[in-house]
This record gives sequence, C-alpha cells and structure tokens, in this order.
Amino acid sequence: MPTMNMLQAINNALDIAMAEDDKVLCFGEDVGVFGGVFRATSHLQEKYGRARCFNTPLVEQGIIGFANGLAAQGSVPVAEIQFADYIFPAFDQIVNETAKYRYRSGDLFNVGGLTIRTPYGGGIHGGLYHSQSPEAYFTHTPGLKVVVPRDPYQAKGLLLAAIRDPDPVIFFEPKRLYRASVGEVPEEDYQLPIGEAEIIKQGSDITLVGWGAQMEVIGKAVELAEEAGIACEVIDLRSLLPWDVETVADSVFKTGRLVVTHEAPLTGGFAGEIAAAIQERCFLYLESPIARVTGMDTPFPLALEKEYFPDHLKIFAAIQHSVNF
Amino acid sequence: MTQATYKPAFMTGDEFSIPTFSVLNHDGAIYPDAQSPDLPRDKARHIYHAMLATRILDERMMAAQRQGRLSFYMQCTGEEASVIGATAALDDADMIMAQYREQGALMYRGFSFDEFMNQLFGNQLDYGKGRQMPVHYGSRKLHYMTISSPLATQIPQAAGYAYGQKLAGEGHCTLTFFGEGAASEGDFHAALNMASVHEVPVIFFCRNNGYAISTPAVEQFAADGIAPRAFGYRMHVIRVDGNDVLAVYEATRRAREIAVKDNKPVLIEAMTYRLAAHSSSDDPSGYRSKDEEEIWRLKDPILRMRKWLEQQNWWSEEEETDTQESLRREVLDTMKRAEKRPSPELDTLITDVYAEVTPALQRQYDALKAHIRCYPDAYPKGAQALGLDGDQQHKTGEQ
Repeated sequence: MPTMNMLQAINNALDIAMAEDDKVLCFGEDVGVFGGVFRATSHLQEKYGRARCFNTPLVEQGIIGFANGLAAQGSVPVAEIQFADYIFPAFDQIVNETAKYRYRSGDLFNVGGLTIRTPYGGGIHGGLYHSQSPEAYFTHTPGLKVVVPRDPYQAKGLLLAAIRDPDPVIFFEPKRLYRASVGEVPEEDYQLPIGEAEIIKQGSDITLVGWGAQMEVIGKAVELAEEAGIACEVIDLRSLLPWDVETVADSVFKTGRLVVTHEAPLTGGFAGEIAAAIQERCFLYLESPIARVTGMDTPFPLALEKEYFPDHLKIFAAIQHSVNF
Repeated sequence: MTQATYKPAFMTGDEFSIPTFSVLNHDGAIYPDAQSPDLPRDKARHIYHAMLATRILDERMMAAQRQGRLSFYMQCTGEEASVIGATAALDDADMIMAQYREQGALMYRGFSFDEFMNQLFGNQLDYGKGRQMPVHYGSRKLHYMTISSPLATQIPQAAGYAYGQKLAGEGHCTLTFFGEGAASEGDFHAALNMASVHEVPVIFFCRNNGYAISTPAVEQFAADGIAPRAFGYRMHVIRVDGNDVLAVYEATRRAREIAVKDNKPVLIEAMTYRLAAHSSSDDPSGYRSKDEEEIWRLKDPILRMRKWLEQQNWWSEEEETDTQESLRREVLDTMKRAEKRPSPELDTLITDVYAEVTPALQRQYDALKAHIRCYPDAYPKGAQALGLDGDQQHKTGEQ
C-alpha cells in the first residue's frame, strides 16, 4: 500500500472522482496550473483540461454561487475556498442557497452534487485570518453536511464519499496536517461513511471526542493519561452534521466521563452541542461534568499561538480534573 | 496593451451613453427607422395572451391578498413586456432563473392557473410543499428555477448553470432576471465577472423598473443605469425599451444567439416601470406621486402591444372582452379550488432537508407527533394529519 500525505490523498481522491465521472469539476482560486496554494489540485488541469479544472476570479460568493448553479444543473462541482477564513463572503450562498435548495423547491431542484473543500485551523503561524475553524457556523444550518478528516486515509475515503453524497457537503481539511500527516492509503477507490463516528481506541475511564487536527493532539494527551494509568476511549467524530450521537452516548454510558475538544472558540462552539446532547441522554451515568477544551473566545492570535491552542497538556489537565472530580 | 499618456486625463465614463433600442411607438406603430421582428401571428397572440393573463392574475390575487385570503403577493404589472418578451425569445428548454416578480415567464411557458394557485395557497399540491411564501414558484418541467427570497443570489447561480449547459453541449442557455436594485449586490459583480472570464452562455436581464422597494434609481446608482457596467467586463450589452415587447423580443433573440453560438454572456437592461407596489406589504404613495404613475400608465406595455396586434388585424375588441372575461372567471374558479385543498402532509416538515431523513430529524419528528397527540386542539393541521378527528381530538385533549 502506498504512503501518502494528506494532500496527496486528497489529490488522489479528486483524480479518481474526475476520471470516473465527466460531470465532476474542480475550481477555485489558483487551483488550475498552479494546483492550488497547497497543491491539492496538482495536475488535474493537465489531465482533465481547463474546462473541468480551472482558476476562478477572487470572489468567494461567485465561486459558491456558480457552484450552486452548476450543481442544480446536474454537474458535480468540487469548489475550493482557499482558506476557511475566507468562506464568509460566500456565507449567504451556502446558508441560504446551498442548504435550502432541495427543501424550498420540494425537491424539484437540488445541489446535492456540490462539495466545498476548504483548509481550516491553526498551527501554521497563520494568525487570525489563516487559522480559523468556522465549522460551528455551518453545523447550525439544516441541509448541509459537514465533514472533517483526521489523516490521509480518512481524507481520501471521506472526500470520495462527500463528492458522491446526494447532499451538499462542506469538507474542512486540517491544513496543519496537509504534509505532516502521512500514512498508508490504498490506491484504489474506497469510501468512508458520512455521519458515523469512529472509535479509534477503546478505554473504560473516560471518553475523548474530537475531529480533524485535534485527533493528533488528543493522541498525545492519551499517551500522558495512559502513563498516569487512565484508560481513555477516543472517538473521532469525522462528520459534525449529521453527527453520531449514539456512538458517543454509548461510550459515555460505559466511561461516565467526557472531554470534547476543538480549536474554535468555546462560546457557541460545537462542543457545546455535544455536551448538551450527551447530558440529555447520559445524565444519570455521568461521574463528572462534561469538559470542553477549546480555543479561547478571542480571534486566533499569531505570536501567542501556543498559549492559545487547546494542546495535549490542556486536554490532559481536563482528563485529570474529570477523573479526580 | 494599454496606451501610454503623458497628461493626467481622468475619465468618468460619461463618454459612454447607451441608447435605448425601440421598435414600437406608443400608438402601436413601428418607428420609421425600425424593423419589426419576425414574429408570427400565433406566437404574437400567445405573447399577448400571457401578458393579459398575468395582468389579470395579478389584479385578482392582489385583491385576494387585500381580502385576507392570501398572506402576500407581488405583481408584474408594468413589466409584462420585459418578462414575457424575453421569455418568448428563448428556447422553451432554456433555463430561467428569476428574481420574484416574473410570473409572466411561467405564464408564457404554460404554468396553469391551478399550478399558480397551489403555490400561492401553499396547499398539498404546491410543488414547493408549502414551504415558501407566495410567488416563490418553480417548475422543473418548464425549466424555471424555484424562486428564493434572498436578492441577487440567482445571478451567479445562472452563470454556473449556464456553464454546465455549455459543457453538456446541448445548445441551451440560461436567462436570469433581476431588478436594478439587485444589481447593487456583490452577487451581480461576481456573476458578470465569472461569466465573462469563463465564456458562459448566460443572459443577464435587468428589469430597470425605477425602484428598489421605495428607493428610486437616483439613490441607487450614480452612472447611466446598469448597462454601462458591462464595459468593465467586456461583455455584450444592449439597453431596450422594456415596455416595447417587440424590442425586448428582438434584443433577447439576438442575445441568445451570442450566448449560445459564441458562448458569451450578454447583459440586457430593460427600461421599464414598476406600476404596482413592490409587494402587497408596500405602499408606493409614501414615496412617489400619482402623477408619475399616471405618466407610466400611458406607456402601458399591454396596451401598446394590443394596438399593434389590432393594426395587424391579429386581435379585436371582441376577443379582448371575451378573453378578459374568461381569464377572470378561470382565476376565480381555480382560486376557490386551491383554497379548499388541504395543507401539505405533516412529514413535509422533515423531508427534503436531506436526500434522506436523518436519524436526528426522525427523532425530532417523532417527538413532535407525540406532542401533537397530547394537544391536538392546538395544532389542527397536525392533528388532522395524524388522523385525530374532532371527537378524538376532544378525547385525547381530556386525557
């Protein structure tokens, strides 16, 4: 099995999707000859031509508006927003149009073919405008699906699933891991299910839930916890909308403790949704309050990134606090 | 290659003044230098019939709204020639992505009064399943994209839709309607730029009707209307008398040729006037004079076309009276039928959010049904959908 980094896995998924179906199109800012600022679309224009893989002007609302129209027409657009920080000019097209196309027309029209790819998250010294994790804005919008892979294998399988999914999907790519995360990825076509969490590690003392780049951070915290004799159950949510509440609840029934972590700010973050849903189901099984380890309620800083970050030590501290409650 | 200059000469764009293409004068005669488009008798009559039917539908439904039978309405009044003239110049399978007051396009393409009414009353037969406000029509069969309320969002979508049509190679284009107010939105710029750069067969059709709700054109843009903006995108553009159906038809017919044969976008600015209020919630007497409206009433596009048809001996006083009468009767009959049809099924609350109902939505729906069973009197439509009739409702209510 070949080894790929996450960008190569994403590129490979796009290549497979475009080879399989003429209706799949990739476009966005600099995605053409240049292959995208991160090179996720390398060689696709060469292979599939300028009509199917092309640069757009710098206009996010135009990219998504155009993509909505294409998807309504029956094409399968994979639109790239160069940084998730810049998805907001397209917010109206995503939230009011993409998400509601099928519902408002009584299924006369839909944009199910649409996938929006966008790199998110901190850890690259990107400061406040190249580090945001805006997933919670979109999880509040019925009609969208929100998916975040944690490594190359997941990225390929989930992206192929997203492209073929009958609903529009926003695919947040953890850019800190684009080159840092390397692993074995099958060359052939495969899909991973959207809407299902994955239990990465079984454990009896506490449940840790995260997604995307935080899974690596959770991994480091788990090492510290295990050294301290705490058995952690680790769940990668993979898909935030819809999210797999059953898998998380079943785990918390067993462990009685839950830590949720994300890079986005605390207030209104998706951890709040998870905490609410789990206390509804698991109230009598909880041994300690559900803990959230997240970014601060500030914009993402530049120089003090390390201090801001929900790192392994903060997660380990939350684990200890929960276990010793 | 830009030309060098050694004097700081500023330009304002005032050097570009775009003329208005006209064919038909107010008396229904062809202007001396103009040429009548090749419009066969039957097609001309079909266009006129759609204009008349739209006007009558609008009058009746506005009255129905005032009687409280309808929550909301928007009229096409004054703009029938722009909308229907443009639609008539398209192939029936070309996509139309409209803003919200272009019911004339649907009328021309054969949307029945029943179909209009079902949407207006949001009943069980509404294609949109009673989810949107009145006038948000859509028809897959008639290639008319379902209307959405946010302004101008359809414009970049039209560019994308048309790009897909170009790749499909079936020789179709997309026409998107919008008002001059919507042309202030970022979506407008995004759409024209994308379409121009990517050589997309799309027609951007601006109905410059003078008002964005209450804001007059003079407070909306400083330049000579919307048309000159095409220069910035190196786009074909024409300005047309929007109350002159023959001019609109001919301009759009030629625009379609450019779009489909050359894969180039075209901007059309139709100079017209919104004779009616913006919507049933608006009162134009608060921001414009009766005199101004009267001037435009004299330019009524329907009257102008009727005069032309009569001069061709393609229409008569008698046909006019009979047609108006039968259209009014038909509108009233279908309205009565539509009003009586039940609401959409209860499960339309959760269907079509996703291709398949998610477990979370199913849980919420089950909880709702259980709640309705406890309080059926408070949710008459829900109770009816769950088969709890009057007696049962009472019984369940007591439990």
